[in-house]
Amino acid sequence: MTDLRDLYQEVILDHNKSPHNYREMPDATRLALGNNPLCGDKLKLYVRIEGDRIADVAFQGSGCAISKASASIMTDSVKGKSLAEAETLYGKFHDLLTGPPDVKADGAGLGKLAVFSGVREFPARVKCATLAWHTLETILKGQEAIASTE
Amino acid sequence: MSAVTKAAPEAHASAYDVERVRAEFPILSRSVYGKPLVYLDNANTTQKPRVVIDAVRRYYEEENANIHRGTHWLSEKATEAYEGGREKVARFLGATSPKEIVFTRGTTEAINLVAAGFAREYLQAGDEILITGLEHHSNIVPWQLACERTGAKLVVVPITDEGEVPVDEFEKRLTPRTKLAAVSHVSNALGTVNPVKTFIALAHARKVPVLVDGAQAAPHLPLDVVDLGCDFYAISGHKMYGPTGIGALYGTEAWLEKLPPYQGGGDMISSVTFEKTTYNVLPWKFEAGTANIAGGIGFGVAADWLSGVGLAAVAAHEHDLLVYGTRKLSAIPGLTIVGRAKEKAAVISFVLENVHPHDIGTILDREGIAIRTGHHCAQPVMDRFGLPATARASFGLYNTRAEVDALAAAVEKVREVFG
Repeated sequence: MTDLRDLYQEVILDHNKSPHNYREMPDATRLALGNNPLCGDKLKLYVRIEGDRIADVAFQGSGCAISKASASIMTDSVKGKSLAEAETLYGKFHDLLTGPPDVKADGAGLGKLAVFSGVREFPARVKCATLAWHTLETILKGQEAIASTE
Repeated sequence: MSAVTKAAPEAHASAYDVERVRAEFPILSRSVYGKPLVYLDNANTTQKPRVVIDAVRRYYEEENANIHRGTHWLSEKATEAYEGGREKVARFLGATSPKEIVFTRGTTEAINLVAAGFAREYLQAGDEILITGLEHHSNIVPWQLACERTGAKLVVVPITDEGEVPVDEFEKRLTPRTKLAAVSHVSNALGTVNPVKTFIALAHARKVPVLVDGAQAAPHLPLDVVDLGCDFYAISGHKMYGPTGIGALYGTEAWLEKLPPYQGGGDMISSVTFEKTTYNVLPWKFEAGTANIAGGIGFGVAADWLSGVGLAAVAAHEHDLLVYGTRKLSAIPGLTIVGRAKEKAAVISFVLENVHPHDIGTILDREGIAIRTGHHCAQPVMDRFGLPATARASFGLYNTRAEVDALAAAVEKVREVFG
């Protein structure tokens, strides 16, 4: 049986309590809104892109512990990365949560993001963990629309 | 912080034997994640007693055939059982005749049926439909669709901080342009019991017909649609310990005669030529296509079973759970109950400081406790309280004080996890 602690790891709880990069960004070059209508999570993601790099990234919004911590750790992880590197991380993170069960999700190359490996055992919560990433993806793809996990 | 879960004396108001009731529900003996199931999501859907499950199975095993086309024995049996279900539902609601009971997929379809009929025959630009700020999306969106089609306007009676709809606010919004009022009997999100009888009298004094969304009332309160005086009353089988996919619209014969058919097809006609079709008589005019026969049969059995347990006794038992649960949960630091109407069904919607309802739901789930978290298909209610979501425990006739204790203990555990 999967323990609750696999989901609510200390790192996640810490980021939920004091999220990193939780602020408005007046000089953002891109802005996207994320929305999970099922649980009412709402997220505003700011990105400042310089050349092909994410020079700065921040977010605001309301949501559950998983979605807030995911947004917080995601902003830490992609800051300073190139757009291509961020895209690769997005793919790896997605695999970690939703990849086929026979593939061992070890979180290799994901750094701190690996704390979300427990989420795959809680299917109802996968959307919470991916909301920030889907929102980032709309920015990477240049869509700048409202991302929805529904 | 120690848990506030001392064993409370089992002092119920009546001789209601909850253990005997529980024994009739096979699912209640199962466990979830190794913990006994504590099912507190009854406003969402209820569990089914053995008699309902058996009735559905018996139909498929012994009487399955299509209805109303009875040249053979099985079809006659199936028709009898299905129409018997309609009679039982009519009796449950206190309707004058089974003709006034239209089987639908549920409350949502029942409301859509009336809204579509009104849009086609009775609504014009500038007309008004009156609803309340407590409504479930199913009693908002069908009227919005009707308004979009006709240019009519949706008027909403605001609710108070307690989650009540003030009678004077309702009355104020009944105007010469009001063509229909659609109100919930009991709020699914907050549990508020609306004074619908008063609303109906006020509306009728101005010749405004009233539809009551009774989805959350039918399983919890004694009902009599004639005494209420409503023109329409919509219910769902699955919230009344019956099967999913079946519900009913009660409508007075006068109104059902006036409303146009909802869908066209088989069974709702008397004769069809390419030039002209004559519609069937009530209630079949509104039932196109092969019906949910097993559902209708199971629904009838559930209605009879619920009447047998006795709605007055059920209401008293659930009120005890509401009072006890409100006291237990209120004692938890940081917990706020949303919706504190004086007249309430056994629904406790709550939020916990610094913890999102979704996280509460997941942790409770691992304790075997099923609640609903989210907006409860009532986003305007959430907006009214400035909340994205709440956690909601909704009680049924089989719940116990011990289950309330389990809920309170699990909420304490949520607080521990989130320190």
